[in-house]
Amino acid sequence: MVEAAQVPKTGEFNVLVGKVNEILQDAIGAPLRYMVNWGRLYSLWPVHLETACCSVEVGAASGSRFDAERFGVLEAFGSLRQCDLIIVMGTVTRKLAPRLKLIYDQMPEPKWVIAMGACSITGGLYFDSYNVLRGIDDIIPVDVYVPGCPPRAESLIQGVALLQDKIRHSTSLRGT
Amino acid sequence: MSAAFEYSPEADRIMSVSLGPQHPGAGHFRIRLWLDGDLVVRADPDPGYVHRGEEKMSEYRNYIQNVPHLERPVILDSSGILFAYSLAVDQLMGNKIPPRAEYLRVIMAELNRIISHEYYLGILGLFVGQTTMITWMMGDRDLFIDLGARIGGARVTFAYIIPGGVRNDMPEGLQVQAFETLDWFDKRMDEYEKMFFRNPLWEERSKGVGVLSREDAIRLGATGTVLRASGVAHDIRKAEPYSAYPEFDFSVASLKEGDTWSRAYVALEEMRESVKILRQAFKNIPPGPVRLKLGPQPRVPAGEVYARTEAAHGEESYFIVSDGTPKPYRLKIGTGSFKNMIVIPHLLKGIHVADIPPVYWGLNYWPVHADK
Amino acid sequence: MQPADSARKVPAASPPSTSASPPVTTAGPPVSTTGPATSPPDTARTKALADQIVAKFPSTKVDYAREKRLKVTVPPEQIRAAALFVRDVLGFDHLTLVGGTDYMQQKEFEVIYFVGSISKPGQQDLVVQLAERVKRESPNVPSLTEVWGGAEYHERETYEMLGIVFEGHPDLRRLLLPEDWNDIPPLRKDYVSPGR
Repeated sequence: MVEAAQVPKTGEFNVLVGKVNEILQDAIGAPLRYMVNWGRLYSLWPVHLETACCSVEVGAASGSRFDAERFGVLEAFGSLRQCDLIIVMGTVTRKLAPRLKLIYDQMPEPKWVIAMGACSITGGLYFDSYNVLRGIDDIIPVDVYVPGCPPRAESLIQGVALLQDKIRHSTSLRGT
Repeated sequence: MSAAFEYSPEADRIMSVSLGPQHPGAGHFRIRLWLDGDLVVRADPDPGYVHRGEEKMSEYRNYIQNVPHLERPVILDSSGILFAYSLAVDQLMGNKIPPRAEYLRVIMAELNRIISHEYYLGILGLFVGQTTMITWMMGDRDLFIDLGARIGGARVTFAYIIPGGVRNDMPEGLQVQAFETLDWFDKRMDEYEKMFFRNPLWEERSKGVGVLSREDAIRLGATGTVLRASGVAHDIRKAEPYSAYPEFDFSVASLKEGDTWSRAYVALEEMRESVKILRQAFKNIPPGPVRLKLGPQPRVPAGEVYARTEAAHGEESYFIVSDGTPKPYRLKIGTGSFKNMIVIPHLLKGIHVADIPPVYWGLNYWPVHADK
Repeated sequence: MQPADSARKVPAASPPSTSASPPVTTAGPPVSTTGPATSPPDTARTKALADQIVAKFPSTKVDYAREKRLKVTVPPEQIRAAALFVRDVLGFDHLTLVGGTDYMQQKEFEVIYFVGSISKPGQQDLVVQLAERVKRESPNVPSLTEVWGGAEYHERETYEMLGIVFEGHPDLRRLLLPEDWNDIPPLRKDYVSPGR
């Protein structure tokens, strides 16, 4: 009869591996994730997708008074393949919807989406129009919703700060 | 077999490129370009990416409920386009607007003109590479948005000029802040001129580029700064005066050359004239009520009306057919940017690819405005 | 819901300025006035224009001749000749808008060309509304892009929103609607917006 208290050799090894894993995770994994997240959240580059009225407030937020660049949000006027944030500002129509999905697919991982303005959250003021999508979260996954019509530039910056919080606490290297 | 594949060097040289809906140089608008090397052979605008169906939506809302969504085609100049709508509805109803409300309408319209032109020139500067323009202009624009917000309540969506007058009176002591801003802005505009318009790089890039002749401008139906930069001094505020404009002393800015430099400079001159009008308006505004009591569902008698005003982006006109019910039967919006859209393929033909940003952004074309 | 044709009356909100306001530099009175009395609007100029058009095209119907707006309806076969007359002889060379309306009760479409004047002095505040009516079952009208070049995009928009076909248009295809739009033209009265 085997003694119940006698743990076989392989079981000891597993427990040892588990303990070493925990130590390594705390010693290397957590700082690594912290550094990776720190790098990501302070350099969110949004895709320049100018939509409707809300784009005016994004322009004001990037302007000299509100200056979103001090948070790292710099509109990269190059290619969207360098960007990791897409701020959907304003109304998305049925004509633009396939292009929006294409743009989202073309962005490399990790990527985040901010839905800015009432039109991109639920269709907003244009809920009964024949050409307007009632919210973009049916097409692409949204991380932060910034309500308003249009949201003030400070609201948009608060939305970006919320997204930065979310990234700071993310536990996977994929960023989501 | 021989007819299956024909190679001809001429046909192969033309490359078709899409200046697509996601492009820093195009806004929410797509231009299909056919290029022969560096020259544009043909350009075809593809609007409609922000077509929100405002004309159909207006038939389901009454005349007061139509105000919020009708100010959003060009949110930069929301009061300018609402002015046309309010004029049309007031003419249909036979409203007599109190004088203080007329002055407040003009004040808001001219503030919005400055706000819109600042954005226009800033974006133009940004896309030709002069980023000082955008940082200066976005900052200065915020001062005028502050004035507008003190009157209208919100930052860009004022919804202030409504049928029957204006929504509310301006606060006490606004004149002080207004005169401070206007005095400072006068000197600032001279700085703009030295920094940008007399800058040899900008002159090199824009003088003689994208020339629109006077005959073409009239034939194609261009409006706004595009028309006035081509030698036609046509401004609805002077040609068919409305509201309180006859009581102000200002002139119409216009230049003869019709190139990109002229179009941008006409905008600067218009800002100077707006400052003049604002000074007079703030000084001479009469006391009195600011709004007629119309009720939430005003009854509008049956009839038709066609009213037009000069907004920042061009002539804004409304054609309203009413059948006596509180909702319009047909509301047709004629936006300044839509009228100028026909100029885009005309001007882009035959120019170099590097000239597309100055020409296109110099037209003061807002895609959302043309799409309605 | 139909607008009653007989109820198109002149709105009384355009009285001219009196001696109380300062002198203006251009022709044409403002819309609202700060003066004490209002006199009836002066429709002499538009009436003169209307008389000229009717003299040349006898089947024209003058809908209204207000102080600054003149609306005439011509049959679609004569619209091109009438447009050339309005542009060349009367001097209205600046097309500002083309609008279409669906009068479903009367089974007709109406297309109106709103034309202003720039080159000829003395009439810069007038707008001539050149209208035509066409049957709803066969809405084909001639295109006026050769008369006023700016009509090209306006006619394209009217085509896609109401389904009116402009014959002779250089490039009649849709402008604002999505490419995969397969419903009836949305501004017709029998199209109901989703959710309404």
